[in-house]
Amino acid sequence: MFCKNRRTVLAAVIAATAYCTIPSALAAEPIKIGLVTALSGQSALSGEAITRGLSVAIDEINAKGGLLGGRKIELVRRDDEGNPTKGVTAARELIYKEKVAVIFGGLDTPVSIAIVRMANQEKVPFMGPWAAGTPITKNGTTPNFAFRVSAVDEIVDRGMLNYAQKTFKATKPGMILVNNSWGESNEKGLTAALSAQNMQAVGVEKFEATDVDVVPQLTRLKMAGADVLFMVGNVGPSAQVVKSLDRMGWKVPIVSHWGPAGGRFTELAGPSAKNVTFVQTYSFFGKQSAVGERVIKALKAKYPEIKSAEDITPAVGVANAYDAMQLAALAIANAGSTEGDAVRQGFYKIDRYEGLIKTYVKPFSTEVHDALTENDYVWAYFSDNHILPVGMASR
Amino acid sequence: MLVLSALISGLGLGSMYGLMALGFHVTYAVSGTVNFAQGSSMMLGAVLTFAFAQTLGWPIGLAIMLALLLCAAYGLLVEALAVRPFVKRGSDAWLMATVAMGIVLDNVVMFTFGKEPRSLHSPLAQTPLEIGGLGLGVYPLQIIIPVVGLCLAAGVHYLSRRTRWGTAMLAVVQNRDASRLMGIPVRRIVAGAFALSAVFAGVAGALIAPLVNVHSEMGTVFGLKAFAVAILGGIGSAWGVIVAGLLFGLMEAVIAATLGSGYTQIISFSVVIVALAVRPNGLFGRAQVRKV
Repeated sequence: MFCKNRRTVLAAVIAATAYCTIPSALAAEPIKIGLVTALSGQSALSGEAITRGLSVAIDEINAKGGLLGGRKIELVRRDDEGNPTKGVTAARELIYKEKVAVIFGGLDTPVSIAIVRMANQEKVPFMGPWAAGTPITKNGTTPNFAFRVSAVDEIVDRGMLNYAQKTFKATKPGMILVNNSWGESNEKGLTAALSAQNMQAVGVEKFEATDVDVVPQLTRLKMAGADVLFMVGNVGPSAQVVKSLDRMGWKVPIVSHWGPAGGRFTELAGPSAKNVTFVQTYSFFGKQSAVGERVIKALKAKYPEIKSAEDITPAVGVANAYDAMQLAALAIANAGSTEGDAVRQGFYKIDRYEGLIKTYVKPFSTEVHDALTENDYVWAYFSDNHILPVGMASR
Repeated sequence: MLVLSALISGLGLGSMYGLMALGFHVTYAVSGTVNFAQGSSMMLGAVLTFAFAQTLGWPIGLAIMLALLLCAAYGLLVEALAVRPFVKRGSDAWLMATVAMGIVLDNVVMFTFGKEPRSLHSPLAQTPLEIGGLGLGVYPLQIIIPVVGLCLAAGVHYLSRRTRWGTAMLAVVQNRDASRLMGIPVRRIVAGAFALSAVFAGVAGALIAPLVNVHSEMGTVFGLKAFAVAILGGIGSAWGVIVAGLLFGLMEAVIAATLGSGYTQIISFSVVIVALAVRPNGLFGRAQVRKV
């Protein structure tokens, strides 16, 4: 009798403990957000910028009590070294082992394209805070789990042409593009933008990221009569293009995608770096909105090496990642769970969010997976090591 | 002008490959082993030159000398840790061990030097050369690089034929045991060959640093191409690897100038395969005679 009673009491205690503990354990279980980006190698600075933008946003969300009834957000980072194979391996680990709710990508379009394929198969939302390749979001898959808060090549390309025409009266543009899927994506975009205005490029030249000398390709463009160059490449290769132009003594205007913003462009390219105009989505210089002031303050507090706006670099990585994380958090809140398809639907239900780059009003729909438009871009240039919006100071 | 510029640029790149391939030759000739961390040694030469000259502001001559001394020390370390222990046991694991030493160095440099590419400023790579008012599209440094490459190859030739150290080296190549019996310090000769090999790669790194972006991964592709050049030239021939380096650099430059750089790897490595099919011991190598 005693034994029976003791067993009953024990079972009741265990049941009561489990009842009390399980919900609180669930509530305490963090929501993991994955980040697969370059944390080493030539593009490592971009990975650090994305990390900073995400971290500041996550700190804000957690300070307000987290999501889904008090669950904190936790960032899990993996290095893709700019390599698509390593990116997919890292994404697989984050999806299967870490069970991330949303997976963020990095700077490299080829890596993001490879991860998006897997994200669509595994029904895990992908958020691109940087890579601008058009096929990342326009990937032809239904349902599409890829979203982005960043520039989009085909829109940037139209912007590059408009800027070159307005500023430099360009009529015979030439293209100098890195030989990978990012370069290919922009070749298509620029060709389409030119065709829309009954124009065509006088030449399209490719270069490898490891090329020491780009003089041969540039000489062909010069001989073809190019009056402006459209450049697409990351910071290192873009610097090699500028150095090669210097060696040739050819002073031609360069309108670039945002590759130069990814590092010490002025040091790498030399004094002619200031002649390159490139696209950005945000600048921490000049008068800031209330959100801008708040983010700068948080960045300074969290990263003591940040003393002023010029230390927040590359700005696009920080700004895009901050807004992308806030939008992803709203999507999870709308979904009421971390289940992949529910979060995907949650993105469509975002009504309004007052962000850093802009105020987003219904930023996503089944047709639109890119939150930024042509009107959100800023043209910028390097003044010493600072990225300034065009027109802010004389060159 | 395009062709002339491509040729000068190709000669410069080719002598980089040749210098690094000369490092492969030196260790192979003396010990029958090669240092697959050559690419990393080249990177070390560039990174250290940058650190001493630009970060610390030391005179460039002193910076290069110190960088080369440290490259030599790295070569000695590779031999002591990644080659000697395995050769002693008759194992070929030094192949992987030298690759591993290179990867370790790349990562150590990444953590200490930083992740961002940097640029070494040099007055020899700022104003392009002109002839009769026409821009040649090349910096003075690009002319100096092949000259230094050829001078070093001549130096190795002189060293191996006209000095006691060189004679001892050749004796080690001929017969290790007999050399040891004659009082030649075989172990030191082999270690010296690895140090010299790393110095050659370091010279290549210090010379090319003002023309490229300096970062921890810059030696990977160079190391791979230099090994292809060493095999193409005939790894047992000092002049062979230098000439093959120059040919390889010129071939790359001409392909880039005529077809675009997207085709350089496809065509240049295909040519290497064809050349080796026709001459399996390389363009200037000789088949080894095995006495039974």
